[in-house]
Amino acid sequence: MGRYVIRRLIQAIPVLLGATLLIFCIVFALPGDPIASLFGDKRPDPAIAEVLREQYHLNDPLLLQYWYYISGVLFRGDFGVNFADVPVSQIMAGKFQITLNLALTALVMEAVIGVGLGLWAALRRGKATDTVILAATLLLISVPTLVTGFVLQLVLGVKLKQWTGADIFPVAGTFAGWRSYLLPGFVLAGVSIAYLTRLTRTSLAETLRSDYIRTATAKGLSRRRVVGRHALRNALIPLITFLGADLGQLMGGAVITETIFNLQGIGNQLFMSVYLREQPVVVGIITVLVLIYILANLVVDLLYAVLDPRIRYE
Amino acid sequence: MKKTSADVLPAEGGLGDAPLLAVDNLHVEFHTRAGVVRAVNGVSYTVGPGETLAVLGESGSGKSVTAQAIMGILDMPPAVIPQGEIRFKGTDLLKLSEHDRTQVRGQRIAMIFQDALSALNPVFTVGWQISEMFRVHRGMSKSDAMKKAVELMDRVRIPAAKQRVHDYPHQFSGGMRQRIMIAMSIALDPEVLIADEPTTALDVTVQAQIMELLAELQRESQMGLILITHDLGVVADVADKIAVMYGGRIVENAPVYDIYRAPAHPYTKGLLDSIPRVDQKGHELYAIKGLPPNLLDLPTGCAFHPRCPFRQENCVTDAPPLYEISGTRGSACHYWREVLDGERR
Ligand SMILES: Nc1ncnc2c1ncn2[C@@H]1O[C@H](COP(=O)(O)OP(=O)(O)OP(=O)(O)O)[C@@H](O)[C@H]1O
Ligand code: SF4
Ligand SMILES: [Mg+2]
Repeated sequence: MGRYVIRRLIQAIPVLLGATLLIFCIVFALPGDPIASLFGDKRPDPAIAEVLREQYHLNDPLLLQYWYYISGVLFRGDFGVNFADVPVSQIMAGKFQITLNLALTALVMEAVIGVGLGLWAALRRGKATDTVILAATLLLISVPTLVTGFVLQLVLGVKLKQWTGADIFPVAGTFAGWRSYLLPGFVLAGVSIAYLTRLTRTSLAETLRSDYIRTATAKGLSRRRVVGRHALRNALIPLITFLGADLGQLMGGAVITETIFNLQGIGNQLFMSVYLREQPVVVGIITVLVLIYILANLVVDLLYAVLDPRIRYE
Repeated sequence: MKKTSADVLPAEGGLGDAPLLAVDNLHVEFHTRAGVVRAVNGVSYTVGPGETLAVLGESGSGKSVTAQAIMGILDMPPAVIPQGEIRFKGTDLLKLSEHDRTQVRGQRIAMIFQDALSALNPVFTVGWQISEMFRVHRGMSKSDAMKKAVELMDRVRIPAAKQRVHDYPHQFSGGMRQRIMIAMSIALDPEVLIADEPTTALDVTVQAQIMELLAELQRESQMGLILITHDLGVVADVADKIAVMYGGRIVENAPVYDIYRAPAHPYTKGLLDSIPRVDQKGHELYAIKGLPPNLLDLPTGCAFHPRCPFRQENCVTDAPPLYEISGTRGSACHYWREVLDGERR
């Protein structure tokens, strides 16, 4: 297994290079002059601007600039500095933590609520419970995050506090520790919860129709054991892929949620940096996101092999 | 279950005695969106201890549905059993509570399926799956149950059973997987074993080995065996009697020898005529003309009439009962005499 992990990590290198190069090119193709934006509304002295340009290698060919950057990342773990000489890693630190907390909260909610509801619906197929759950997921999928975000913030955050006097779900910032992440976590997870519910429902329903479930029933096992021991593990396998892929999705897609709940996470930073043309920061953040994505996929593949003995580490 | 085991076992051997398992006028319907699928329409058959009943019939004739009704593994709904009895040692299984029924399933009446790869759970070792019978039904400890699993795998002659208990189904060949299925089904010495096309998915040499194994296990334990199959060659070798199904009915039942000598139903005759025979090499193979009946809308009268070369006018309107030809033989054809006298092609 160790060899498999190492091989997978080596395989990830070209992916990382390709993805970062692409981002590098896109970001540098953006209109606007980062040096000019450093000076705000004032016109920079052309001589100073030229010195800065040299210092940040902005006059070198794009590929060479990329090499300076990526060799720093790969060999020194150095993500470079922004145009105010603040190290990018320093800008990212802390912010990634916040977004990671948010994304993991969302992921746990997804796994618990989505899988739970999905299993419940599958076991009550065609009954009222099933219909209600399906309708709820449809609602969750069709309402934009912006709307669910503000509505929940208002109802569960503001109004609930007014009625009960207790600040159960903080509406902004991260001052209340893990509780700060409950509401934004749910908002971020919303659509995924709905999809995962449906996926779980289909997966379990399909598993329950398979031949080995018929065999288990024919062995004289109780319904409980048939579902809990024989069906569940098989039904969960396809969900792992969804959850793993979703971690990347959640981290990258947290901008709206972070804005609504004023969380100083990576989404907010990314948005600001794009706005300010801070190319090194943008590229740095995306490099880390790609890394997380690759790692999440590796974990998914490892989990897959744990759950499904037919899959070997090749 | 206490009820059933309290009943007296029928006397050994005799065909006419109270049977071990009796399916009596069983009807099974599926209520689907397209309408009511009448899959089983009054099937009756019996099997005694040590006896092998072969159930024949083309695809869709209701062989598996009947078997699943016996096991009680039909999904209800959509399946409905409006009529009929399934008596196991005199007790009607259909009247048992779900709890009592679960006690019969797998312990007294067991079943093996056609495709052992899909019928075994892919995420558990075969040892786990076999030993589950002992853990759940006999309350054995994990290690004792695993020892029993090894014994069973030895008994169905899986080489290196001791090492292979820890393997997963996909690591075995088709024949070995079917042996595992068999080991699991006979774990608790069931009195009746239903084998639903146990060899269809296997290649010919392996088929013979599996049939031999089943026959041997049956001899040792005197279980009643219901063998559902398409393979008339297998039937001749191992079965004591045959029930031929068509459109959810038994159209002919008889001891093996009688049927092979002279079928008493045009459909059986068609089946036998469609077996390739060495002495007729080069001749075109006979095939029964027409399509299987639509179970949503069965033909009036005799369900076989649209395809029957013996058809007369009244066949279209009058459904034939299962005429008793002798004490052990019946045919659901108004003209069974003519068929019986007719020449084998
Ligand atoms: N769940 C179901 N819903 C609707 N119809 C069903 C269902 N299960 C079985 N049937 C129908 O019942 C009929 C009898 O099926 P069955 O499986 O018993 O056939 P069979 O004789 O075993 O055929 P084969 O040789 O192909 O296994 C088929 O026409 C099938 O379409
Ligand atoms: S009853 Fe008539 S149609 Fe049916 S099998 Fe006999 S001869 Fe053919
Ligand atoms: Mg079948």
